[in-house]
Order: sequence, then C-alpha cells, then structure tokens
Amino acid sequence: MKIIVCIKQVPDSSDVAIDPESGTLIRMGQNAKTNPYDLYAIETALRIRDEVGGTVTALTMGPPQAEEMMRDAYMMGVDETVVMSDRKFAGSDVLATSYTLSQGIKMLEGADLIICGKQTTDGDTAQIGPAIAEHLDIPHVAWVKSLEEVNDRFIAVVHQMSGHVQVSEMPYPCLITVDKDIFVPRLPSYKTKLSTREKEVRFLSFADLPDKNLSRFGIIGSPTQVDKMFPPEAAEGQVHIEGNSVEKANRLVALLSEAKIL
Amino acid sequence: MPFPYHKINGQDIAHFRTIIGEERIVEKEAVKKEYHHDEMPEYGVYAPDLLIEAINKEEISQIMKYAYEKNIPVTVRGAGTGLAGGATCKYGGILLSVMKMNRILGVDMDNMTITTEPGALLSEVADAASAAGLFYPPDPGERTASIGGTVVTNAGGMRAVKYGVTRDYVRAIEAVLPDGEIVNFSSNVVKNTTGYDLKDLVIGSEGTLCILTQVTLKLIAKPKLTWSLVIPYDSIEHCISTVPKLLKMSFVPTAIEFTETDVLDMVEKHLNKRFPDRSSDAYLIVMLDANTKEEMEKMVEEAAGTAIGAGAKDVLISNTAERSASVWSVRAGTLEGLKADSLSQEECDVVVPRSKIAEYVLEAKKISKKHGIRIVTVGHAGDGNIHTELLKDPHLTEQEWKVNTHACLEELYAVSKRLGGQLSGEHGIGIGRLEHMRHFVGERMYRLFQSVKMVFDDKNILNPGKVVALDSKGRCGA
Repeated sequence: MKIIVCIKQVPDSSDVAIDPESGTLIRMGQNAKTNPYDLYAIETALRIRDEVGGTVTALTMGPPQAEEMMRDAYMMGVDETVVMSDRKFAGSDVLATSYTLSQGIKMLEGADLIICGKQTTDGDTAQIGPAIAEHLDIPHVAWVKSLEEVNDRFIAVVHQMSGHVQVSEMPYPCLITVDKDIFVPRLPSYKTKLSTREKEVRFLSFADLPDKNLSRFGIIGSPTQVDKMFPPEAAEGQVHIEGNSVEKANRLVALLSEAKIL
Repeated sequence: MPFPYHKINGQDIAHFRTIIGEERIVEKEAVKKEYHHDEMPEYGVYAPDLLIEAINKEEISQIMKYAYEKNIPVTVRGAGTGLAGGATCKYGGILLSVMKMNRILGVDMDNMTITTEPGALLSEVADAASAAGLFYPPDPGERTASIGGTVVTNAGGMRAVKYGVTRDYVRAIEAVLPDGEIVNFSSNVVKNTTGYDLKDLVIGSEGTLCILTQVTLKLIAKPKLTWSLVIPYDSIEHCISTVPKLLKMSFVPTAIEFTETDVLDMVEKHLNKRFPDRSSDAYLIVMLDANTKEEMEKMVEEAAGTAIGAGAKDVLISNTAERSASVWSVRAGTLEGLKADSLSQEECDVVVPRSKIAEYVLEAKKISKKHGIRIVTVGHAGDGNIHTELLKDPHLTEQEWKVNTHACLEELYAVSKRLGGQLSGEHGIGIGRLEHMRHFVGERMYRLFQSVKMVFDDKNILNPGKVVALDSKGRCGA
C-alpha cells in the first residue's frame, strides 16, 4: 500500500509571537518541531504499513528548513520525504495550501491512503485534510479515533460524531485525519538516524507541479484575508467548592456539565 | 519524668485559645481523618488530641514554651505527603500544621536564593524561581509537598544524579526549638566553618529536632533545553549494567531511571497511560539538560554510543514537550499503578552504591521468589536509590502477607547493608522503618542518634517515636 502522510513544521512553543503589522506568525528565531497532531498520523501510517506492507511518504509544504522535520520523520521510520518549497507558495491560506498539497500528491502519482493529523497547533483550522480530499475528489473521514480494519481492498475507521460514534468503510484511494491518542507516537530512533543519514529529502517547487495556473497558489490563490490575529486571553478564574465530599462532587459535575465539558 | 506525656485538657485548650485564633484550633473529634496518617496509612493511623494551624513563628514559639513546660508532645505537619509515617501523632498531643505559613518571601537575585515559609508548596517555590528565570532542581516527584517537609526529610528525587538532593540547596534555616526559643542555623552564605554544622543535622531530621519557620534555598541558572532518551533492553542485567557506564561519560545526565515491562503493563492497565515503546523487557530513561541544541546533540551522540555499546537495542529520542510527556507521565504514574494492581503495599527505599545496583535488583528478585511476595523494583538507577515495592496479591492471607513481607524486608535490608548501602535513600525512617534502624546502623551509631535527639529535645516532645526510640532511658519507646 502506498501511504502519504501530510505533516507541517510548527513553532516549538505555545507562546507564539505575532507581527502586529502583518498579523502573521513570527517564525524567525523560533525553534521548530513537527506539529504534535501529525505525529499520530505518522504513527498510524507506520502501523498500517507494518501490518499490510507498502511505503510511507511524508509530504509537507513549507520553507527549506522543513528538511529538519523530515530528518525526524525518517528517524520515526518513514520511507520517503518530500518538501514542497517555493516563494510562490508563500502566504497560502487553507484553500491554496490544500490545493498545493493535492498537486504534490498528483506529482507523486497519488496514494492509496492519505493520512493527516486532525489539525495544527499554529493554524488550528482542521480543514486541510478534508480540503485535500475534495481537490483530489476522493472519499474522506475526519477525526478518526481508531481503526476497525485495514486490508488491501478497504479501510474501516471509527470516528466520533456529535452524540454518536460512526464506523465508516472506504475503498482506496481515500483520506483520513486522525485524532490524538489513536496510538502513542513512537519516538525517533537513534539507530534509524544512522541508517537514514544518506537518505535524500526530495524538494518540489512550483515548476514541478502539473497545474501552472499561478492564481491557485500562494497569496494570490488565497481568498482568506486575516483581519487581525491575537493570542487568546488566558482564563484565570477560580471556583472554590465548599461542602462535604458528596456535595462537592455533585457541584463539580454540575459545573462541568454547564461548561459542556461533561 | 517526661514520659508518659501530659494529656491535653480543657485548661490547656483554653490557654492555646489565648495565643491562637479560635478558627485555627480544632479539637480531637473534629480533626479530619486525613490528619491521622500520611500517604502510608500502613505505618499507623493516629488521632491528634488537638490540631493547631500556626501563622507565624511567634505563635509556634509560644505553643512550644507551653508544651515544653507541660510535657505535651507536638508533631509538625506539612502537606502530609510523606511515605514513612513521619507526620503523625504517634503519642497523641498537638498536630501543628504550618500550611498557613505559606508565603514566599522573595527571590534574592544577587545571592541567587529564594526565602520562603515552610508551608509553601514545592511546586510554588519552583514556579517562583522559574518566574525569576532561575531553577530549583530538587524534585521528589510529589510537587504538592510542603517545602518545609522536603527540607526536614532531605527530599531527593530523580534529578539528584546531576543536581544533588535538597540538602545541597539549603543555605539557612530559621527554627523554633522544643523549648520555644527561635534560632537561626547558618545564614545566606556559601561557605561556613563556624563550629558544628547543625543546619545539616536539622535537614533530614524529620521534625524531631526543631520546627522550621523559614528557609533560604540556593537557586541555579535554568537549563534552556531538556530532552530524554528511552533506552530499550532485552534483559534487566544489561539495562542496569549500563548505568555506571553512563555515569562515566564526559557530562553528568540529569536523571537515570529504570523500569520494567511489568510496571508499564500495570500503569497502562489501571491508568490508561501508554508508553511510546513496548518492544522490550527493560528500559532506562535518561534525562539530559543543555543550553544549546548543538551541546544537546553532542550529549545524545555520546549517550547513545555508550548505551548501544553496552547492549541497548536502540536509543529513542524524546526532544519535544509532547514526547517527554508521553514518557514521564508513565514514569510518574508508577506508584499509583502499583497501588491499583495490589491489595496492599510495603515499601523499601534502600540506596546502594551505584556499582551494586544490578546485584541488588537480582537479589531482590530471588527474595521475592523465596517468600512468595511480588516484588517490583523501580526508580532511580542513576543514584542507587532503588524503590523496591512489595505488593499483596489476593491469594495471600493477612497473616501470610505480614510475616512474609517482614521476612522480605529483613533480607532486603541485609542485602543493602552487605553491598554497602543504607536503609533509606529519600523517604526517611519515620515510623515505617524505625524497627530496622538499630540493627542496621549498629549500637554505637544508634546511641549517637539518641544523644543528638536529646541535645535538641531533652523532654522528647517533638515528634516522638520517629527516627530514633529512646526506650533505653525509660522515655517513650518505639
């Protein structure tokens, strides 16, 4: 089975600086890491490969320093890595990013199964995965919490809907986005680092893609305008619950229910 | 004759009400059960006659003057997170809580110290240091412990490998003596050869010598990066025999912990926390601190080469907060997992020379087999402090459990002594290990311990029946 995992490099901190002029994230000088949710996607892909055979390719769109993230992906055990990097991709919103990635997937002659994390920790839209599937016109299921069955004909997945759990079966090619905790992501291996040291990280640019219509890429292909971006205010409110243990437990349940946490 | 003690009566309570606010005195019947024991109720459940919550040293001084005069036992209580039955009223009397004395009095940036009252939590002190850009390294795992409790138990924790234990961070102590006098042990200085170092006697004295009212702690620069390595092995022998080799590297790892697959099973089963690798029988978890990524990469290279050269199957690298959480949350859940997997527990906290860890662990396994008691070894491989947990399985009767654990403990302590180890590495003596003390340290040393206790507390009113028994002089025994 040919599996492509779409991953993204994000700042290694929740305390992200925002450029007040442009309203965009300041990435320079920040340590970067693989989007934590994408580690679940990589783990899912590696487990499926190990069970049914095939290859796992990690694909990303981003600046050239994404190569470092791909070294980490190699250390986790992926077989091939591809970075889509071009100034023409800069400023992409969800539509342009998902279209660019779908073009990359076409360039790689498609995949049986495409796996994404459920969202990123910097953009947080959770839309890229389903949007890629729509561009490719393939079936997709988002926020998969477990796998029911994987074989050479179809994949059956369990996903949490509001109020019920649904099991869906899809023929290939198809796309899933996986929720956190589907599996515990494996750690990068030092031995694999040594054995993959010579492996190439492949770079694709705009010129390599089948669609040469510039109006679908980068800032030109992005209808979304970010009006303003700001960090959310940290909630610091505290509630003290008094009473005996039963009263306190009941009050806590009531409060959590009101907050729709339970 | 100081013992038997004076039993608290209405007149005494009326006196305390003249010193302490009404709302901070709780009489026997109203004292909550949680104050009857610490985290190990197995070591005894004792109701205090009176719970007093002090708010300053003057109050404590007045309470002690009265208690000294009337011969009333007083036990100081922090957060009650101890594991030796230390903060309980074995002979009744007053349980003196210092948890309302919880102010952090400030960080001294020039001297790189923090001064705090004893009831502040360890987590609060660590956070205050961090907010000032500094670092308080001792971390025994239980971060809701009171800072005073960590000083009087000389708390260790896994970072002791690189940073040492609480003792290494205590600059100065202000305390109230059993007769009520307020004294200062050392001051905010780096060196001190002014007579006997009584400060070091007070650290780890488990509340038997004096009552801490203020403590000044050393802080250090905060490391910028912390990574962890998970190192899988096919055998526990190879796993543990790597430890001395890791300690000979060109840098000192922050922590070296070890765990076995049975423990991971228990944590996974009962707490639903999954470890990122389950391919192997035994694991070392090594924590590294560095200030730059380049420095860290070099440390990883050296550690990986050392471990693989010593028989490790691989070295897995945890280099982000999320990855570290998946590793350390399982390690942190160990005690809870063991508790959930057994009906009762007995805990052995021996520390052995680091070169003898493998031998100790193998001996512990033999002792387990011999007496039919499930024994799990887990913990601080890097400093030789192996937590040896004895677990009660359902097929054992109470009597079998009692007799067999006692036999196991005696043999485990004998092994520790033979290997050049000590009875307790970081949990202390309290009540839990008192019966083994005299035999372990020997008669002459035990008499020295008794003498030290008597010099500070000639009436034996401060936390009596802990650490040492004074039965040879007709005063209260174990």
